[in-house]
Amino acid sequence: MSTVPLTHILFVSTALFFIGMYGLFTRRNMITMLMSVELILNSVNINFVAFNKYLYPQKADGIFFTIFIITIAAAEAAVAIAIIINLYRTHKSIDVDDATELKW
Amino acid sequence: MGTAQILFWSLTALALISAIMVLVSKNPVYSVLWLIVVFFAISGHYILLNAQFLAIVNLIVYAGAIMVLFLFVIMLMNLNTETEPQKSIWMKFFGVVAGGLLLSFFISFVISSADLKGKSAQLKEGEIGLIKTLGKALFNDYVIPFEIASILFLSAMVGAVVIGKKD
Repeated sequence: MSTVPLTHILFVSTALFFIGMYGLFTRRNMITMLMSVELILNSVNINFVAFNKYLYPQKADGIFFTIFIITIAAAEAAVAIAIIINLYRTHKSIDVDDATELKW
Repeated sequence: MGTAQILFWSLTALALISAIMVLVSKNPVYSVLWLIVVFFAISGHYILLNAQFLAIVNLIVYAGAIMVLFLFVIMLMNLNTETEPQKSIWMKFFGVVAGGLLLSFFISFVISSADLKGKSAQLKEGEIGLIKTLGKALFNDYVIPFEIASILFLSAMVGAVVIGKKD
């Protein structure tokens, strides 16, 4: 019998979401904060795929949502890393507490 | 307990432990390496949920491309344990309390929900996650989001170059 209840998968994604949220709260390194955001996005992806599988097994909408989330996450990471490199060049630090002004 | 459940729970344990290790390890390089382990575990979950194409895309895009970008930047900036900014113990404590409360609320909500009770997936059934099905749907029903994604990538590329260039 190869079944897994939906609530267990939701438990996994919820736990991953809050581990990512904890990282976003407690780390001040911008790269690590970006990694926490990736964790949160991945937990949401698991939710989309699980609900697609359980509620509409004949459709693929959840899978396409996940594919587009991955696409957007790639673009987001590229732009965020460009911003971080720019901040590092002007402030010599990637601590978010050091980046207090919007205009340099 | 069948094979699928054993696989599911071992992948879950792997994902959660490595996700905690991402945040525990002081060195950002180790954080990235643990994050790659998380992505492998999540890809295993996708395969269990019958989304094979998604599992491969997750590995190639996340573990292959984005994480290499992160590692490259971390090594470019020469980050290590000494340069890692530290937060006070109180901040961490309240982070755990706030996150844990919301987590337990969500878990209790999921467990008590009547709609979700007794729903369980036949893991081996269905062809919906295969490349053939997805490709047909992507270029028929989802062709406009697909094209918009390409415009998004173009603008992200231009934006990254403009922001990152020396002025």
